[in-house]
Amino acid sequence: MRLQFILEQLWKGLARNVAMVVSVIIVTSMSLFFVGGAILFQSQIDLAKDYWYDRVQVSIFLCSEGSEAATCTAGAANEAVRDQISSDLESPALETYVDQVFYETKDEAYDRFLEQFEDTPAITENVTAEQMPESYRVKLKDPEKYEVVSQFFSGRSGVEEVVDQREILDTFFKFLNLLTVGAGILAGFMLVAATLLVATTIRLAAASRRRETEIMRLVGASKTLLQLPFMLEGIITVAFGAGLAVLGWWAIVKYGVQGVLVEDLPLIDYIETSAVWTMAPWLFLMGIVLASVSSLVTLSRYLKV
Amino acid sequence: MIRFDSVTKVYDVRTRAALDDVSLEVDRGEFVFLVGASGSGKSTFLRLVLREEKATRGTVHVAGRDLAHLSSWKVPHLRRQIGAVFQDFRLLPNKSVYENVAFALQVIGKSRHAIRQTVPETLDMVGLGGKEKRRPHELSGGEQQRVAITRAFVNRPDILLCDEPTGNLDPTTSVGIMKLLDRINRTGTTIVMATHDDDMVDQMRKRVVELEDGRVMRDESSGVYGMKRSS
Repeated sequence: MRLQFILEQLWKGLARNVAMVVSVIIVTSMSLFFVGGAILFQSQIDLAKDYWYDRVQVSIFLCSEGSEAATCTAGAANEAVRDQISSDLESPALETYVDQVFYETKDEAYDRFLEQFEDTPAITENVTAEQMPESYRVKLKDPEKYEVVSQFFSGRSGVEEVVDQREILDTFFKFLNLLTVGAGILAGFMLVAATLLVATTIRLAAASRRRETEIMRLVGASKTLLQLPFMLEGIITVAFGAGLAVLGWWAIVKYGVQGVLVEDLPLIDYIETSAVWTMAPWLFLMGIVLASVSSLVTLSRYLKV
Repeated sequence: MIRFDSVTKVYDVRTRAALDDVSLEVDRGEFVFLVGASGSGKSTFLRLVLREEKATRGTVHVAGRDLAHLSSWKVPHLRRQIGAVFQDFRLLPNKSVYENVAFALQVIGKSRHAIRQTVPETLDMVGLGGKEKRRPHELSGGEQQRVAITRAFVNRPDILLCDEPTGNLDPTTSVGIMKLLDRINRTGTTIVMATHDDDMVDQMRKRVVELEDGRVMRDESSGVYGMKRSS
């Protein structure tokens, strides 16, 4: 009986405040859309990191003819330098960090250079294989431990430069992380707006049903019966908003990311719709907590028992 | 049934107390008129009994409960033992007579079967049989007040509080309402009625408690209104 009564009150409340309910749905869906965006963007960054970190290497470039680095005053790297580097990379000190080592000759470097700039002969025409640096490409077991290799070989005579590709990527990822933080901050502001809107809506709903709730109070309705319909009104409305946000992201990932990016820009691994389903419960949970807290605070002020 | 021990109620420390050291006892089954000028403390007295307000000092006992120590989740249970009727009826305009009365039982979780049985019985008792489907605006003032009384009484409360129930009604209709309240009182329900209706008080010859500036000035059994009308 009471459940039916609560459901009736709930339905009446929703039907009576259609305009407000719609506005709450829109605002919460937008704010949760941004929250979802921040979460998915972070998942995408993690995925890209995994993809790239798996492929990045530390490159030890050896001095070539004409190198101007302070460590290259003795001229191009000779056999002794190469032997020393090879044996150091296999030494017990580095063995635990190094996964694989590839040696790239001047000719191989030249070929790769030509391949890389095949469309722009202006760059390649004046370069000879002799000018290209030989290098050791070191793949690390843990890319985070770049410093060990770098410190080991930097400044050594015959070594022009030690480059960690990961450092370049890190700058890029830092930028992406900043975007995530930006989306998160925007989502935070919008969540505040959504919370205040839910509070205002419930306050208006309580005011429009004041006579009814006053009678309920007088005849001895419990606090639950008085407040639950309003709380449920807030929760259902916000859950609707969360549903729309999830649906929006599902469509974007399914038709935008998987439908377009995967085929047209296959540079990295992309998130799949499963990431949206993993995120969805959190969006709903966040929405429900937001609506519950907002309703409870409002009702304790405007609907006393 | 209702006991006030040295009860003081102050709403705002800058103004005088709405009730000032009031001690009063109302026994089960009594009919008490609460009279006094506007602002004398009648409504505050009723609000304290309903636990809409808490006493600033002193203790209020209602139906064996000390209201100062009644936790908020028990307040609804207290109110189920108290019916309340007001000058402005406070009916829900979009509900029929039947629905207005049934509403009071629905919210306290009575079964549909119990509601179907009790509501028509009580409506018959107050003389509204046959008008179940009418909306409040289709009824006279007297009939609307009968609906309000039915709603307050349908759960058979121990106490019925009436805040100027005849204030909006003509004298003839008021007599009908008073007769109804008297009948309800004879079923054993304690009635406390705040009123300015001197004729009614004089005719009924019930206990009269007069308040002035929040203090009890007079408490007489079989009393009369005994003061100039102030509103």
